[in-house]
Amino acid sequence: MACNSGNCQSNCSQNEQVAQDDSIPAPTTGSDDGANNQQQQGVCLKCKVSPPISSGGGGSGDEARFCGDCFRTNLFGKFRLAVTSHAMITPSDNVLVAFSGGVASRVALQFVHDMQQRAQRNYEASKDRSLPVFGVGVAFVDESTVCSISNDEVEEAIQEMKSTVLELAPPVKQFHVVPSVSLYSSGSSDEKDRLMKLIGAVDDVTGKDDFLMHLRMWALQKVASENGYTKLVLGLCTSKIACHVIAATVKGQGYSLSADIQYVDARWQVPIVLPLRDCTAQELNILCRIDGLKTLQLVNDHPSGINGLISSFVRLLQEENPSRESTIVRTAGKLTPFHFNRLPEINDSSVPLATLRRQKRYNLKPQESISSESFCPICNSPVINSDLPSCGSLKPFKFREFAASCCPSCQFQILPQDQSSMKEFYSLLPEGLVSRSKHKDNDNLDMLREQVQDCLLSNSDDET
Amino acid sequence: MEEGNKIPKSASSRLCCRCNERKPALKRPKTLEQICRKCFYEVFEEEIHQVIVGNQLFKAGERVAIGASGGKDSTVLAYVMSELNRRHNYGLDLFLLSVDEGITGYRDDSLETVKRNEVQYGLPLKIVSYKELYGWTMDEIVKVIGLKNNCTFCGVFRRQALDRGAAYLKVDKLVTGHNADDIAETVLLNILRGDVARLSRCTSITTGEDGPIPRCKPFKYTYEKEIVIYPCSYCKNLNQNHTYAYFKKLDYFSTECIYSPNAYRGFAREFIKDLERIRPRAIVDIIKSGENFRISTSTKMPEQGTCERCGYISSQKWCKACVLLEGLNRGLPKLGIGRSRGLENGNGNRKDMEQNGDVRSIESKQCGSLDF
Repeated sequence: MACNSGNCQSNCSQNEQVAQDDSIPAPTTGSDDGANNQQQQGVCLKCKVSPPISSGGGGSGDEARFCGDCFRTNLFGKFRLAVTSHAMITPSDNVLVAFSGGVASRVALQFVHDMQQRAQRNYEASKDRSLPVFGVGVAFVDESTVCSISNDEVEEAIQEMKSTVLELAPPVKQFHVVPSVSLYSSGSSDEKDRLMKLIGAVDDVTGKDDFLMHLRMWALQKVASENGYTKLVLGLCTSKIACHVIAATVKGQGYSLSADIQYVDARWQVPIVLPLRDCTAQELNILCRIDGLKTLQLVNDHPSGINGLISSFVRLLQEENPSRESTIVRTAGKLTPFHFNRLPEINDSSVPLATLRRQKRYNLKPQESISSESFCPICNSPVINSDLPSCGSLKPFKFREFAASCCPSCQFQILPQDQSSMKEFYSLLPEGLVSRSKHKDNDNLDMLREQVQDCLLSNSDDET
Repeated sequence: MEEGNKIPKSASSRLCCRCNERKPALKRPKTLEQICRKCFYEVFEEEIHQVIVGNQLFKAGERVAIGASGGKDSTVLAYVMSELNRRHNYGLDLFLLSVDEGITGYRDDSLETVKRNEVQYGLPLKIVSYKELYGWTMDEIVKVIGLKNNCTFCGVFRRQALDRGAAYLKVDKLVTGHNADDIAETVLLNILRGDVARLSRCTSITTGEDGPIPRCKPFKYTYEKEIVIYPCSYCKNLNQNHTYAYFKKLDYFSTECIYSPNAYRGFAREFIKDLERIRPRAIVDIIKSGENFRISTSTKMPEQGTCERCGYISSQKWCKACVLLEGLNRGLPKLGIGRSRGLENGNGNRKDMEQNGDVRSIESKQCGSLDF
């Protein structure tokens, strides 16, 4: 009997075969994907051609919905949108990628490289060679002196990173290994001792963790500015930012929170950009896996103290609701940013008009005129004026002045509490940190002056 | 894991840090200082007095209702308020206001405690009940809607119940026993749930000044642990975790609401408990962060109007309590729960009842499947 339709009512064997096939359950990948799978029958939702990454069951929602190519395109799309809409990387830039070996910074490096390669191809293909290709460097902060990692482990890791960076050429990228002690100006013989004593002076477990993080940032800034880099790319992803939101809240840093989580952070000498801000750790993990991107984990990923508590808390919330991290970041994104959370308008003629226009559109309008913010010399967060003592009350001693200029959070968890320990702590600080706190005030003054320049009648500062 | 104790230990660390005379009886949860019993009472009461005075919470001659559930926070609040009122001559007329949600085995017992408090502190008591106001007890509500959204119903109903009770008593202010832990939890919850509007309001010590009745929280900076230590009692401790049995004998009822285990707030509460163990001051740090968040004042705040059905304050045409009640009365337990998405939703379900109260025929609707 010829049957070619499922509607055939007769009890032919064909019908039974079809019935049997239908009864095989589609691969279950997640309770909310069950319905989709029944319909899609194992094809990528986007291109409807290739099978999804995990067609055999298991895996997260994304792996069951998209094929490898579409997933990568999607993720790279988020990266590219962040970069172009905030003019993070322009042709005249020299970009330094902070690299820890972890998943996020590996993806950041890869995507920056892909973008650079594309620009290189365009450059070679164009007749007039008008748009130069931006430069890329990679920096790894070697904290082996202050963390309990063996020298061999670090050496091995560094070699691996070197080879990774070498593979990502052309275009060639310079690889900088930045030891923590580089914060001290070269020539001081006892820098390692000073650094160890400095870290050791911090009692609080969480404070020590955070202090190391701040020192890491200062080291990156130092290598970036000394080598002529114009932007610093961090691989901060949605998940890490969600943890930071909770951490800042819990440490009393609610005021400065909005400064840390924007796409652009220009309060530093070398502005920081976060192109992976909209990508979750899970997505980055999937990409590393499907593309075979090598990652390594030197620093302990389970910090103790409050930071560890927070990452397990956020993990718990994420298990309960997979979109919780994004919600947290979105909420924090509604806080008012600061004036330095946008890049200064580019006046470079080599930058294409489209980029300029886009930057103007996405640049956050200043809600208020530039206020003269004071910044904590340790963590560089803006300090509310009410938290600062009135001038002149502590003049005689530099270390007291320094301590008073720090934010309340650093004062509590990093600075030693008694006078003599504080004095010693101050003496152990790298010179850059100490002198920087004085420079910042001048910068603010310059910025203010720029704003009111057209109203000033005299150029001299000592007007009465 | 406790971090390094920030308090420098003096040579003779065996005496109370405040009076240096008596032996310390406890380590203060807020500051980890070693302190004797008498000094603890004094410091506890003094700090609350400073909060009241420093934030100008009351004016002489005001009639003030104390939201009293019979639990530890409101019992201590009632005691401390009447004590400070007397000691510092605030000149306030104090009342106890209690809400009966109709939860058997929980609220009926705690109300007995409040009735005893009325006698013990000499404060007139008024009880308002859900049954009286809305025609439903929480027991009945939970039978209909289950255990998922019951806290939403109870919270919304309680707010209005307190306001109505306060209006009956003709009081000028309402004080509640919300403590530092509660407010810290609320700050975290609002971050987790994306509610920026609430985030900007939840750390205020006084709220609702432009509403029917202003409410304040004198315990804003008081730690829950200290409130528990303050009044320990010998009797009636069904879930008592603490063993400071030799302190002030205040009568209070301590159990968790029997319907609460599934509340989302539980996540935040566990986290804060763990946090307090590592760094006690983190609780006030959270509150401080909440106060300092840069939230634009031009953030769209809801417009204030009145409910068409009952006249209560509302930003929508019907107040939330009326919406929920309507749902209950019509057998639509999900009415008013979740975000409003407009009339049609993508799956082609039949139209939901509009929020402006137009009554549509409900024969074709399925109970419980309509989400706004």
